[in-house]
Amino acid sequence: MNTNSNTYTVIYSIILVVVVAAVLAFTAMTLQPKQETNVKVETISKILTTAGLYNTEMEMSNDDILRTYSENIEEAVVVNFEGEVISKMNTDEGKIEIKGQSDLKAQNDLMKKINAGDASAKSKLELPVYIFNLNGEKITVVPCYGAGLWGPIWGYLAFDKDMNTINGAVFDHKGETPGLGAEIATDWFCNNFKGKKIHNAQNEFVSIKVVKGGASEEDINGVDAISGGTITSAALEKAIDMWLRFYVPYFNTQLSQAECTCTQAAAENVETVNNVEE
Amino acid sequence: MNDVNLKETLLNPIFKGNPISVLVLGICSALAVTVQLKGAFVMALSVIAVTGLSSLVVSLLRNTIPNRIRIIVQLVVVALMVILVDQLLKAFAYSISKTLSVYIGLIITNCIVMGRIEAFALGNKPFASFVDGLGNGAGYGLILVIVAFFRELLGSGTLFGFQIIPEKLYELGYMNNGLMILPPMALILLGCIIWVQRSIQKDLQEK
Repeated sequence: MNTNSNTYTVIYSIILVVVVAAVLAFTAMTLQPKQETNVKVETISKILTTAGLYNTEMEMSNDDILRTYSENIEEAVVVNFEGEVISKMNTDEGKIEIKGQSDLKAQNDLMKKINAGDASAKSKLELPVYIFNLNGEKITVVPCYGAGLWGPIWGYLAFDKDMNTINGAVFDHKGETPGLGAEIATDWFCNNFKGKKIHNAQNEFVSIKVVKGGASEEDINGVDAISGGTITSAALEKAIDMWLRFYVPYFNTQLSQAECTCTQAAAENVETVNNVEE
Repeated sequence: MNDVNLKETLLNPIFKGNPISVLVLGICSALAVTVQLKGAFVMALSVIAVTGLSSLVVSLLRNTIPNRIRIIVQLVVVALMVILVDQLLKAFAYSISKTLSVYIGLIITNCIVMGRIEAFALGNKPFASFVDGLGNGAGYGLILVIVAFFRELLGSGTLFGFQIIPEKLYELGYMNNGLMILPPMALILLGCIIWVQRSIQKDLQEK
């Protein structure tokens, strides 16, 4: 047979491509559920790390991570621009719903639009909040997302019940420079954020500043920048600032609610005391 | 060329005709994925699988491939194998697949794979081609693991992620060599390996 004729060549290439495409499509479809779980588990492990429930040395299986999440989470909600809860995400093991990378990117684009003066984007904003209950202490975990030097950077911040003090932070990146910008994913940098506050002494929102040359001990709103990783540090500062600004309404409603229940409880206490006296 | 010595086919590319240290092919990925031994190990296994299987498939097809689209057919076969490996890693070894990132996909462009298909698989029987692919993949992997061994040990003080250099030494003032983590050091190490090999095998030295 003449393997050099035009007809043969065309038919040969068509068959080859169809066969290869079929094999690839089959593999992709078979492995897709497993790959998606992997991505989801990674995000959940980041959220758990932020809340102080997980670290990479614990070597948990995927199932263990999902279980830890389900057992410790109080609720996972979605809030709107006004800071009102608009829906709840499922937290049952096996049916866990979270907002993944692509959702964060979409929200990030909306935030940019809002900041540019596009009011119509406000109604579309859907921000995830993960609330954990650790031995009675309420921990609120919120994400942030932005553009680094070479690609996206993102992370999670955990807040104490005062919605001001940072309890934990985890950051990650797609492809920042190793040894420089990539340091944002290391423990020393993330631990930097612990105990810092997003409001200043006058109770104004100031976010967290990444201070070049190192933040002073008394600086409650600043963390050490990465030497040599200036652009990534600055990009992270911007991302945190932009995202937290949109979470402040929610934080404030939470705080006033907490105050309400406290005063109510206090009032009830007073009543019981009065009753006893009577 | 029908009677190829299988043992020779397998072992020659590992030492005497090593694709990296003698032919100096596939350097870029060798520099990129050798910061840690674990990554280098998985990369080595992936390349062995890709070179072996694509040589096998091309050799099976060798009498049917139209000569004019030969290279494209080879490329399609190599790409198929690489994507399969990538998909499997993403499903079963997600964290490693993340550290290797684009370099698994870039096996497609690794000159060793195409080079062996052109030079060997097109003219030899399937099993011999398969063995040749495995041998070349192993030769590549061996260098990768050697480079990664030194880079991880001297750069991070660990091997496979376990602390090897004792904490006491750090207290005495020992520090990890930061240069080891960066790509230039991999190139220097590679140079050292080639130097050692050429002083052992005198016939490799140019006059």
